[in-house]
Amino acid sequence: MNLINLFVTSIFTENIILTKFLGICPFMGTSKKEETAYKMGISVTIVVTLSSIITYLLYKYLLVPTETTYLKTLMFILVIASLVQMLEIIIKKYNKNLYKAFGIYLPLITTNCAVLGITLLNISNDYNFIEMLIFSIGSSIGFTLVIYLFASIREYLNNKPIPESFKGAPIALITAGIMALLFMRVVI
Amino acid sequence: MKQILKIVKSDNPIFVLMLGLCSSLAVTTKVENAFLMGLCVIIVLLFSEIIASIIKKLVPDNVKIPVYIVIIGTFVTILEIILDKYIHSLYEALSIYLPLIVVNCIVLGRVLSVASKSNLKTSIKDSLGIGLGYTISLLAISLVREIIGSNSITLIDSLSEITGFKLVVNVFPKNNLIPMSFVSSPAGAFIILGILMALFKKVGTKNESN
Repeated sequence: MNLINLFVTSIFTENIILTKFLGICPFMGTSKKEETAYKMGISVTIVVTLSSIITYLLYKYLLVPTETTYLKTLMFILVIASLVQMLEIIIKKYNKNLYKAFGIYLPLITTNCAVLGITLLNISNDYNFIEMLIFSIGSSIGFTLVIYLFASIREYLNNKPIPESFKGAPIALITAGIMALLFMRVVI
Repeated sequence: MKQILKIVKSDNPIFVLMLGLCSSLAVTTKVENAFLMGLCVIIVLLFSEIIASIIKKLVPDNVKIPVYIVIIGTFVTILEIILDKYIHSLYEALSIYLPLIVVNCIVLGRVLSVASKSNLKTSIKDSLGIGLGYTISLLAISLVREIIGSNSITLIDSLSEITGFKLVVNVFPKNNLIPMSFVSSPAGAFIILGILMALFKKVGTKNESN
């Protein structure tokens, strides 16, 4: 029951974009079209899940026993960067079509705060392995959901009469604010 | 000095370039946190740009990004260790947003686009300009959010570990206004930043047409 609760809260009430502000850059950048938004979401989900598992195991079985936990930031970012690079090479080698569809989003993920943020939250929230897995998958599903919904709203807003100075980023931020209000009220 | 101020205005990271929004939304519930976060970014940006500009000829093009990420990560880690030891309450207040400076788009972006191409003097000027612009924007957002959201201005709270006293200004001491706690919540952060950005745009276009 606790695990289901954790899963739902990580998608809605504690959504990483709307309550923890992680991944705002790709949120504003790639959310102009529905298609790019969901592709970005899927890429993030894969990278987050894989890197959470790797960094969690490295932290528990390498950094903690050797008492070098202060190196976690540096180590996590290196793991994420090399993982993204490796995924890019593998996809390029085995599936040309998939690479064409997702290739350009992968390098952007390295500097996505959501990935490093979730791996750091796994550690600071003191999760066990199963909880860590549920939290990572839930958070990235929440990321995909919000970025996709937001893209559809933005497509709709495109040809609406908005005051000149509110066009672009300001109206997007205000929309995000209203979405955050709604998401905070989702309770099971 | 003039050049630094020019960068503050024309390349303001939050309102113009729209980079590094994550931390600017998360830490601006208190004025003190916003100021100290700005200070941390200035320190990391300054040292990273200095190092990147010195070693620019030694770094091959295809490993640029990993090398610079490691440089930035090193300075962030040093800062983390120092804060954890000496100002622990600040370390807790900034929580994960301090290590997230590593992937802050402003720092990596400026190191890649400016420091890796120009000499030491330009890099230092650029880092100070961008850092100041970032700090000023954060201060503006946090002032609005704290005054409306909790009717106070926190100047010294986490820092009281060093100074030994706290300093929190109560903005409306006489009338018992109920603070709009919505503004301190995450949803309020988005809306306040959106409104401030629209204002900045409006003032900017007015100045240009004059």
